[in-house]
Amino acid sequence: MQTNFFRKIIFDEKSRSLLIQTLVIGLFALFIYLITQQTAYNLEKRGISSGFDFLHISAGYDISIRLIPFTSEDTHLRAYFVGLLNTLMIAVCGCFLATIIGFLVGIIRLSSNWLFRNIAYVYVEFTRNVPVLVQIILYYSILLNLPKIKQAIVIFDNFYLTNRGFFSPSPIFKDGFSIVAWSLVIAIIFAFFLKRFLKKIQEESGKQYPTFMINSAIIIFTPIIFYYIMGMPLEFDSPVLKGFNFKGGMVIRPEFLGMLFGLSIYTAAFISETVRSGIISVSKGQREASQALGLKSNFIMRLIIIPQALRVIIPPLTSQYLNLTKNSSLGIAIGYADLVHGFGGISLNQTGRAIEIMMMVMLTYLTISLTISFFMNLYNKSVQFKGNA
Amino acid sequence: MSSSAIQIISRSKYYNWLVKNLFSSWVNTILTVIALIFVYQVGSFFLYWAIFDADFRYNFQGELIIDRGFCSKNIMPGEYGACWAIIFARWNQFMYGLYPIEEAWRVNLIYALLPLAIIGILFDKIPFRRYFIYFTFIFPFLAYFMLYGGPGLSVVGTNKWGGLLVTLFLGVTGIGLAFPLSILLALGRRSKMPIIKSLCVVFIEFIRGVPLITLLFTANVMLPLFLPDGVNPDNLLRALVAVTLFQSAYMAEAIRGGLQAIPRGQVEAAQSLGLSYWQTTRKIVLPQALKIAIPPIVNTCIGLFKDTSLVLIIGLFDLLGIGRAALADMTWTKLYYEVYVFISLVFFIFCFGMSRYSLYLEKKLKTDNS
Repeated sequence: MQTNFFRKIIFDEKSRSLLIQTLVIGLFALFIYLITQQTAYNLEKRGISSGFDFLHISAGYDISIRLIPFTSEDTHLRAYFVGLLNTLMIAVCGCFLATIIGFLVGIIRLSSNWLFRNIAYVYVEFTRNVPVLVQIILYYSILLNLPKIKQAIVIFDNFYLTNRGFFSPSPIFKDGFSIVAWSLVIAIIFAFFLKRFLKKIQEESGKQYPTFMINSAIIIFTPIIFYYIMGMPLEFDSPVLKGFNFKGGMVIRPEFLGMLFGLSIYTAAFISETVRSGIISVSKGQREASQALGLKSNFIMRLIIIPQALRVIIPPLTSQYLNLTKNSSLGIAIGYADLVHGFGGISLNQTGRAIEIMMMVMLTYLTISLTISFFMNLYNKSVQFKGNA
Repeated sequence: MSSSAIQIISRSKYYNWLVKNLFSSWVNTILTVIALIFVYQVGSFFLYWAIFDADFRYNFQGELIIDRGFCSKNIMPGEYGACWAIIFARWNQFMYGLYPIEEAWRVNLIYALLPLAIIGILFDKIPFRRYFIYFTFIFPFLAYFMLYGGPGLSVVGTNKWGGLLVTLFLGVTGIGLAFPLSILLALGRRSKMPIIKSLCVVFIEFIRGVPLITLLFTANVMLPLFLPDGVNPDNLLRALVAVTLFQSAYMAEAIRGGLQAIPRGQVEAAQSLGLSYWQTTRKIVLPQALKIAIPPIVNTCIGLFKDTSLVLIIGLFDLLGIGRAALADMTWTKLYYEVYVFISLVFFIFCFGMSRYSLYLEKKLKTDNS
């Protein structure tokens, strides 16, 4: 009787899988229990307190690169947000630049010019086979070897390239500028609806309008007109050399530039490969068919090749964006004050709350990753084949 | 045909190639000229810097370079060549870290045996492959014994390891340990049991969602907190744990891709023959799935090999760490480009080799599509 019972458990698929899963979850629970017990014991033994109360005590260190005001009296929580904003800033700028370089190089790699094609190939092979960290540090050291402030390289009179960063004039917005900014927003919204409207007309009547030209004109000229109507409410504050440093203007620090170049040059190599394979994947017949229909070559690229190539390009492009965002955590190596450097590094050392801080940092990155893949999936859905419609 | 006729034909062949690829239109010709100027400028600058104007072991006066002051560019103003002497002076550290130099033969032996240990996995049509595979399984124990020490050999702690040794150790061991783990994870993710499936999904997606550096930090700071007294893994081992978990998640996704490509009929046919789950998996599914998944697996391996440079941030001395330590030395400061270019070159050789291997495999799989 008993042997029958065991036989049934082992040889019946349902009860066996139930047994295995119970065992696994039991072992897992035991594992978690042992680790938490051990950790609690270890923490107590070392006199490390736990909890999130440290977030509200003052951080006691300064962050040089910041988007929101921060002083050493501010709390660790604020340090967290400063770091988070810096991470997002480098990630967004990096993705933007990497996409531009990547698409350019990807298209050059398909050029009919042998020399051009191979220059792009050499670029891709050399940048994607060297660790991004080595590249970041290399570009950073090049930036640090630029001339000192006194011998700054001057570009267009008002821009200065030095070993302390890139100094440029900063805009000063006078009252009335907000109206110019709003006019731009309204122009973009208007252009969006105009495009839909014109497309609808085209679908119904077949009549074509130069939508792109009209909309570009609207978006460019509306703010310019408003700018003059409001009496040119924008001035520039140029950096001026005073003593040992520049006064006025704004500066992009070498840490930021080093990260930006490292991340985008490295990621662009991967993006260019996905772009290349995406364009190759569009079958030759598509191009020939559109030529036979008499489409002009830029229409073929814009209306036939690119929409189909995007279907192939978007998923790997998403993972490249994710990689770039995760690699932005390497700022710690050159002192770029991102999430890992400030909050995950200095705050951790000062408070000793390793578990809480690492958990917060990891969950933040997870959230960013999931958000990016969510939006890219939405975009991906919009470019996929849509049934028979 | 006379020889001159052949010459004309072959010349026209080159001529045709040139016209087609470089001068097919006015735009193309202009682009070619621009590209030629670009290549000449960049290439000559780099060649002069790296080779013609560079110091290797001796400066232009014929003196052995023992510190930065002896570099030609310090002696002659306006001289811009590289000073590779720092690489020669620090060669042992780049290769072995602080490994005692009289024991360095042990590391050299392992470096020499490493190709033999992996050749059996990489190529399937070599003579005596079976013996190479046996050696692959013996190699980890041999390497551990030779590198760490044991009966008959003095013990060299991992805190003395460094340079290429650490880079290769983390890369090879990380990949080796992650491989079986990733197969289990990939199978688990496709399992019909909801609990096992969700555990694997959560693990994989979590690891893939966070940067490696946070895992390294976690392993470095928190592993000692998780473990009972007396069990205190050293820094290298902590990094290895993080690297292995990281790699296994990425590899599992590559293998899952292979598993998904296996037609259902294969599994059903195996089941109808009466094979159990593990028999089906081991004999039917995995051999086919892994074959398909090898190129993406190699790609994750390239990624991991590059990512080992991150251990510098938690204070280990891999290639990059040794390079930075060399630059911190007052006698060699400011030779950044020499050091970083050298490190880039070492990584490039390994990673480019792996990516060529991956291409070779892809081509091979395309032809014998069995």
